[in-house]
Amino acid sequence: MLLYRILLRLYPAWFRAEYGEEMCAVFASRRERENSLVLWVSAIVDVLLNAIRVHAEVLARDVAWTLRVLRQSPGFTITAILVIALGVGANAAAFALLDHVLLRPLPFPQSEQLVSLYQTNFPQGSARTAATPPNFQDWRAMNRTFVSMGAYIGILTPMNLAGPGEPIRLDAAVVSSDLFPTLGTQPVAGRSFTAEDNLPRTAMTAILSHSVATSLFGTAMNAVGKTIRLDTRPVVVSGVMPPGFAFPSRDTDLWLPLKSWDNRRNQMLGVVGRLRPDVSLARARADLEVISKQLERGYPGENKGIGIGMVRLRDDLSPQSRILVIAVFGAASCLLLIACTNLANLLFARFLARQHEIAVRFAIGAARERLLRQLLTESLVLAIVGGAFGMLLTVAAIPALRVLVPGGLPMAATPDVNWRVFGFAAVLTGLTSVLFGTGPAWRSSREGDLSGLRSRSASGGGTARVRGVLVLAEVAGTVTLLVGAGLLLKAMWRVESVDPGFRADGVLSLRTALPIATPLERLHEFYSRVLTGARALPGVTSVGYVSFLPMTFIGGNFPVSVPGQTQARETRAHTRFVTPGYFATLQIPLLHGRDIDERDSANAPLVAVISQSLADRFWPGQNPIGRQIILGGASRSVVGVVGDVAVRGLETSSLPQIYFSSDQVPPGLAFYAPKDLVIRANASPMTLVPAVRRIIHEANPDQAISDVQLLDDLVAAQTATRRAQLRVLGGFAGIAFLLAAVGIHGLISFAASARTREVGVRIALGAARADILRMFLRQGLLLAAGGVAAGLPLAFLVGRAIKSLLFGVEPGDPAIYASAAVLALAMALAGSLRPAIRAAAVDPVISIRGQ
Amino acid sequence: MEQASLLPLPPVTFHILLALADQDRHGYAIIQDVAARTGGELKLGAGTLYRSIQRMLEQGLIVETRDRPAPEDDDERRRYYRITTFGIETARAEARRLTQLVKFARESGFAGGRA
Repeated sequence: MLLYRILLRLYPAWFRAEYGEEMCAVFASRRERENSLVLWVSAIVDVLLNAIRVHAEVLARDVAWTLRVLRQSPGFTITAILVIALGVGANAAAFALLDHVLLRPLPFPQSEQLVSLYQTNFPQGSARTAATPPNFQDWRAMNRTFVSMGAYIGILTPMNLAGPGEPIRLDAAVVSSDLFPTLGTQPVAGRSFTAEDNLPRTAMTAILSHSVATSLFGTAMNAVGKTIRLDTRPVVVSGVMPPGFAFPSRDTDLWLPLKSWDNRRNQMLGVVGRLRPDVSLARARADLEVISKQLERGYPGENKGIGIGMVRLRDDLSPQSRILVIAVFGAASCLLLIACTNLANLLFARFLARQHEIAVRFAIGAARERLLRQLLTESLVLAIVGGAFGMLLTVAAIPALRVLVPGGLPMAATPDVNWRVFGFAAVLTGLTSVLFGTGPAWRSSREGDLSGLRSRSASGGGTARVRGVLVLAEVAGTVTLLVGAGLLLKAMWRVESVDPGFRADGVLSLRTALPIATPLERLHEFYSRVLTGARALPGVTSVGYVSFLPMTFIGGNFPVSVPGQTQARETRAHTRFVTPGYFATLQIPLLHGRDIDERDSANAPLVAVISQSLADRFWPGQNPIGRQIILGGASRSVVGVVGDVAVRGLETSSLPQIYFSSDQVPPGLAFYAPKDLVIRANASPMTLVPAVRRIIHEANPDQAISDVQLLDDLVAAQTATRRAQLRVLGGFAGIAFLLAAVGIHGLISFAASARTREVGVRIALGAARADILRMFLRQGLLLAAGGVAAGLPLAFLVGRAIKSLLFGVEPGDPAIYASAAVLALAMALAGSLRPAIRAAAVDPVISIRGQ
Repeated sequence: MEQASLLPLPPVTFHILLALADQDRHGYAIIQDVAARTGGELKLGAGTLYRSIQRMLEQGLIVETRDRPAPEDDDERRRYYRITTFGIETARAEARRLTQLVKFARESGFAGGRA
């Protein structure tokens, strides 16, 4: 019998209370006649099915009731749904980003075994550099902890693909044959590279990305075996990678085998290793430590101080990217909490307004459980509808989030909306309804006793306190978000005010990536034809060519030295080749000596122009003109000094710069032959593009043109990510601000209407209306002040957590905290003003009689 | 409650109304009556019975009655149910509906007897 009673607990309590005893009696009578297993089984099925049906019937009735009730107050319903949609939408989108960037495994089989390997040189102060080809080969041969290792040149090589129409620029990754097997990805068509492909003298082959293969040849299968002309050289397509394969970065169009393996000083390779399944990171580290010591002993010249660093490929992400994603998610969570708080407040107000109705229903015998259930159904229905709208918001918002996905990740750019995101949104929706629904429902079902009948204007003492705390929490959350957004805004201003060292306005730039094997004479001819043609265009004031524009390529730095000087630390400089006119075009100031000019031809003595910081490094306080400087074994004489340029962008400190003549490119540095054309014009530079294209086409019909842009846009792109993150976090802060204002407004309105009678009495007794006004404004301001007091320390913690995003702005910057506090107080004032004025305008006679 | 909205009646509901047609009964008596009427074919479980009773009470087809049998026949846990006028009318309407259906079936030759 006990078992049967336990079974009956499946029913709602009110049903059990009503029929439980009888059901037990019926079951007992049955058992007197036949006590068999069949009876028990049928009883269990009977109870189970019917309990479910009773629940379903109750739910259906509650939902119908809820829909009717919600239709009666469309203002409340729309506000509530909107608030939930914003909270859930923002969170699900932030989760999609977090999941994509930080959580989801990389799209490779057993990707947890993959690690990035790199060289360190701590004695020289370098925590991470690319590996040299011979070192990579030694690591691969000597290790005992890896299944395999593969190498690649992390910087893509731009190439021209000649075709029937305009040449196309493609970005190639140069890789070792073991890279694809290490990643565990094979071509979908054709074959992978073999060790033979990596030999210097074998025929060049290429593996195409799926999108390039299909756009050129229709299908992947069609592409295999075809010959394409890359930088005028014929190359056979040996394979096509699967769609979506993006390594080392998602811009990779094709892969070429690495063919140069000899230089133990040329730090150019990224390395990926696949750990043996039974090997821990620590064991692999110990293994690599032994190898690096052996190599240091074997090559004391080249490998002095060089160690081997390792990080999981999944975690190979800058701390800034990581913190940014976490910050977005944190802000979204904060917003959700504020949204829930706001809803709880709305529901409190609503239930209080319905206290009379609820009390009546109690009085006529409604069970508390049923009432509670109905109230919860109401919040659940709101949450589900809001959650569904929130999901739509997420789908709409996700493309906008792609700017926040770090570029270097070997995966798709846009987070997709998958079942994980939907699941997260569903959980959030459930959580939301519990968070904002339970408290108010519980309270009003408890308070819904006879007190609600006695007085229609109960201010609900306890509830008012809870609501006050909720509003306070909203203000605190808002202050936190405001401070976070404020800190990021100030950081962005600071970045934008960094002097790049050149003037970008009015400069058009484009890239003509010449084939690496182009002979110097052909290069010279090409440059002079293009430059002469461009200079003759109307409105053009100066033109020039450079290896890479500032902020486009952060590498290309080499050790430089001075005869007779030994420095404690190796000095490296960004090395660029320029044509005459480059400095004038970018208005990089020439501080001493002269520009590169026509005299510095291929056969003339080697010359160099150095940046001020390099001059200060080698010859502090002296005139550097005429001195010798050595790079790559060749000595060059310094003919000029120019201002420093932010080669690595506004946020990173750059190395000093050294410039050589475009006619004096040594054979080993053909990759650095100038390819970026810059044109300064008086008029709108973009109008020059067709004419410039024609000039280039006339100079070389096979030459692809890419990256046509204004230099202004290039500089603006430096802060694009910051602008995006600021838009997202600023948007969150703005929504939170509005929600908190609504919360304060609601609370003061309610307090004012609950105290109408009291206000009436006060005015009748001679209180000034200004005092009444002050009384309610004070209540709003006090709440806000409490919220600010709670929010400021919280904001400081957040500020400290995002310190690495702040570009030197202090996490405790007082101006920002003061602004946030003032904003919050102003918001409170604005939110309480209307209800306070209304309260002060009360007619004492009506208000007292009205009761 | 509109009568039309209740038709067709679920078989269990109809059987319970039939069981209450001649006298008030408590739950277990209803189960027994239904079983006897159907020759043991329909044995209502307690769950099905009381879910139906709960709904029928709400629909106004039956009421709980305070009239109880003599104490020696009574069990205080039992509750007795009585069919209402609305319940009688509804049962009649359902019977008419079923008769009509059977008539149609006969005309189509699906059922024996007089067309």
